[in-house]
Amino acid sequence: MASDVPAGKEEVVSAPAEQNDAIEISVRDLRIQYGKRVVLRDLTLDVRSREIFAIIGPANSGKTSFLRVINRMDEFVKDMTFTGEVKVHGRDVRAWRNLYALRRRIGVVFPLPVGLPLSVYDNVAFAPRLAGVRDKAELDAVVEKSLRRAALWDEVKDRLKSLGSLLSGGQQQRLTIARALSQNPKILLLDEFSIAVDPVTTMRIEDVLKELREEMTIVLVTNLVQQAQRLASRTAFFYMGECVEIGDNEPFFSGDVKDQRTRDYLGGKFG
Amino acid sequence: MFQSTEQNFRAARNEKVAKLLLGALTVVLILPVFMILTTLVVKGAPAISWEFLTTNPKDGMTAGGILPALVGTVWLVAVALVASVPVGVAAAVYLTEYAPDNWLTRAINLAIINLAGVPSIVHALFGVGAFVLFFELGTSILAASLTLAIMALPVVIVATREALQAVPHSFREACWAMGATRWQTIRHVVLPNSVSGILTGVILEVSRTAGETAPIMFTGAAFFLPFLPQSVYDQTMALSLHLFVVTTQVPGVPVAMPYGVALVLVAVVLIMNAGSIWLRMYLRGKKKW
Amino acid sequence: MSRDEERVDARDVAWYVDKVASTLIFVGGISAVVFIVGIFAFVTREGLAFVVGRFDFVEFFTSIAWRPTSLLRPTFGALGLIAGTAAVTGLAMLVSIPVSMGVAIYIAEFARGRTREVLKVLVELLAAVPSVVWGFIGLMIMNPLIIDVFDVPLGLGVLNSGLILGLMAAPIMTTLAEDALKAVPDSYREAGEAMGATRWQVITRVVLPAAKRGLVAAALLGVGRGFGETMAVLMASGHAIHLPTSVFDSVRALTATIAAELGEAPVGSDHYRALFTLGIFLFVITFFINLTADVLVRRVKKE
Repeated sequence: MASDVPAGKEEVVSAPAEQNDAIEISVRDLRIQYGKRVVLRDLTLDVRSREIFAIIGPANSGKTSFLRVINRMDEFVKDMTFTGEVKVHGRDVRAWRNLYALRRRIGVVFPLPVGLPLSVYDNVAFAPRLAGVRDKAELDAVVEKSLRRAALWDEVKDRLKSLGSLLSGGQQQRLTIARALSQNPKILLLDEFSIAVDPVTTMRIEDVLKELREEMTIVLVTNLVQQAQRLASRTAFFYMGECVEIGDNEPFFSGDVKDQRTRDYLGGKFG
Repeated sequence: MFQSTEQNFRAARNEKVAKLLLGALTVVLILPVFMILTTLVVKGAPAISWEFLTTNPKDGMTAGGILPALVGTVWLVAVALVASVPVGVAAAVYLTEYAPDNWLTRAINLAIINLAGVPSIVHALFGVGAFVLFFELGTSILAASLTLAIMALPVVIVATREALQAVPHSFREACWAMGATRWQTIRHVVLPNSVSGILTGVILEVSRTAGETAPIMFTGAAFFLPFLPQSVYDQTMALSLHLFVVTTQVPGVPVAMPYGVALVLVAVVLIMNAGSIWLRMYLRGKKKW
Repeated sequence: MSRDEERVDARDVAWYVDKVASTLIFVGGISAVVFIVGIFAFVTREGLAFVVGRFDFVEFFTSIAWRPTSLLRPTFGALGLIAGTAAVTGLAMLVSIPVSMGVAIYIAEFARGRTREVLKVLVELLAAVPSVVWGFIGLMIMNPLIIDVFDVPLGLGVLNSGLILGLMAAPIMTTLAEDALKAVPDSYREAGEAMGATRWQVITRVVLPAAKRGLVAAALLGVGRGFGETMAVLMASGHAIHLPTSVFDSVRALTATIAAELGEAPVGSDHYRALFTLGIFLFVITFFINLTADVLVRRVKKE
């Protein structure tokens, strides 16, 4: 597929039905502001089921703000407002009456690794408990499964009672992934997960993501162009509050791009 | 800035002088305190005995012990804590977790500073006007404790707020992202990790309330009562007021007695304070993240 | 799929608990404001009849004849009381501002490690001493001392309570002043030292001016503390209501007057209401002192 140019220029064309491409996240004319300052404008795109959708671009391009809107974390940020339509699974995120339920269905990994000051077990059991799971056997199963999928189980299985906040940075980031996975999400959002983490852990997490792609939709914001190249099926380039273009990975990273800015960024002309 | 060697020399000497002067001032502040404490101990220790602490005053308070005063202070402090800690913790939680950056928040902060700065006798007047008269509690432990609670509220708020702010924001965000409500986050992560800080505030409040005299003088504390209080509606004696009484209101008191009472009061207050300081230092070492 | 989400999007127990919790927390949050307003309201309520009826502005502020219990002609001249408060607080500040600033500078700029920790702890403990104990010290220790050293007949008065009050206000001022000095960024000091100035010069020419607002706020709050102090002043200042002419004179302060007379003033009488009016007066003054100090500190934080 050639790259799509979004935003008001043409209709966004979805792929012909090769797979059952349901649209997980649909965005129309999204505009995000902090007070009077516009950080993202005219964003229109679709994120399809079971793809890894990467977003690359320099700092302050609106990438993180976009992620925040998807699970309505804008509620916790002062002065953050947005207009336009964002639909998750066909339902507008503004129409949700219980935002906590929305967030429970979406997993998030932040740039800075966070281990909550609870035991490792309680870290991963946190979300299931929020969802009402009380049965010890069930919790045990969820905790083990999530830690295994996050490639952390072997390192912590003998010390599930130790404090999550005292783990190493790389372990805490995998713990965050385990927490996200314990929510059994259909959508996983990762915001520059490798910034504060060593290369070995980054590789392990990338392997985890490749496996997860079979089961869920992943939106990956990254400042590492090669990471997007390795993992994503489609990539979007955000620059200064605009989505400049979106493309399937193969053509995108071999230079078949429509916009000069994209070419410059991919060529490392600015970072 | 300075070129000549002579100016440099003079500057260096000025510095030595200044350092000496400041050190001397520090001594000026600290030394009287030590001297006073020593006098208290030397003159008051003779009066302290098991009997002193566990029996009632006799002979028009010129002899005997201070038991009702001790018991009364415990009552007053306990009720004040029950009233002020929940409200103070809630106020601090509001300020750290919810408060937007607007005029109301500024007003709250200003009110807290003012509450701490209101003269104790004005607190007493308020206690009389509000609790004793308007709410018809009469002069009682309840009226006096509520007055003390309002006076000590800022202590709890400030200590709790510090403890809450020490919890990194990223913890809260991680919980919210999983779908936890603000309350769930506070209850499971923020508050449990602030308990020790709140405790230092509570200990400080205890120390402060135990020593206050003016707010309880007209709201529930009495010079002399022949019995121990049975309920919050009773009047009571209090250690702080008792010191005032035996020092100024009772003729013919043997010298050691007021010193003894002062010593007990100072000991209680200082031990509580030292405990709070120690707790704070201990916690600084036990990092959980 | 949208129907799936509709089913899940239900307000559950946790949602409602959160709403209730946030309401209760909000109530706690505004409690401080409610109480401050309440204090002003109730004190004014009791004193209002006096202010509206019997209060004579000229008499209050210019006459030293405070004779509320006189049967023939009760008068409510508060000048003597105001003078008493002013004299005692004035002397206290004269003594404690230099000492506090000096100690604060020493702790913040010179003391290191262990010494600093110990000093800070001592200052904190000093602040914890209850005011009735200070009054006791004034009465039992300072009184005979002053009589001895200065050969005067009575050791209770401006000197005694001024010194005691100074010792009481000093720890708070020291702590706040130290905070103000610590708030000055190290880069300022480094810049000064890089230019070849000595430690002391850096302090006087760079740090102190930069910390000016915070230091003034500290002093103000100390004044406020001195102004509002009750028991210590009650016990150590004597009982004469007049304009003091020497530090050895006995005086009567506003706070002490209320404490001494409230017990005997019949509820609802002019005397009773006049005492509450003194309370209103005290409240308003300390309110403005605190307000000014807070404004100053906030300006510091903005920079």
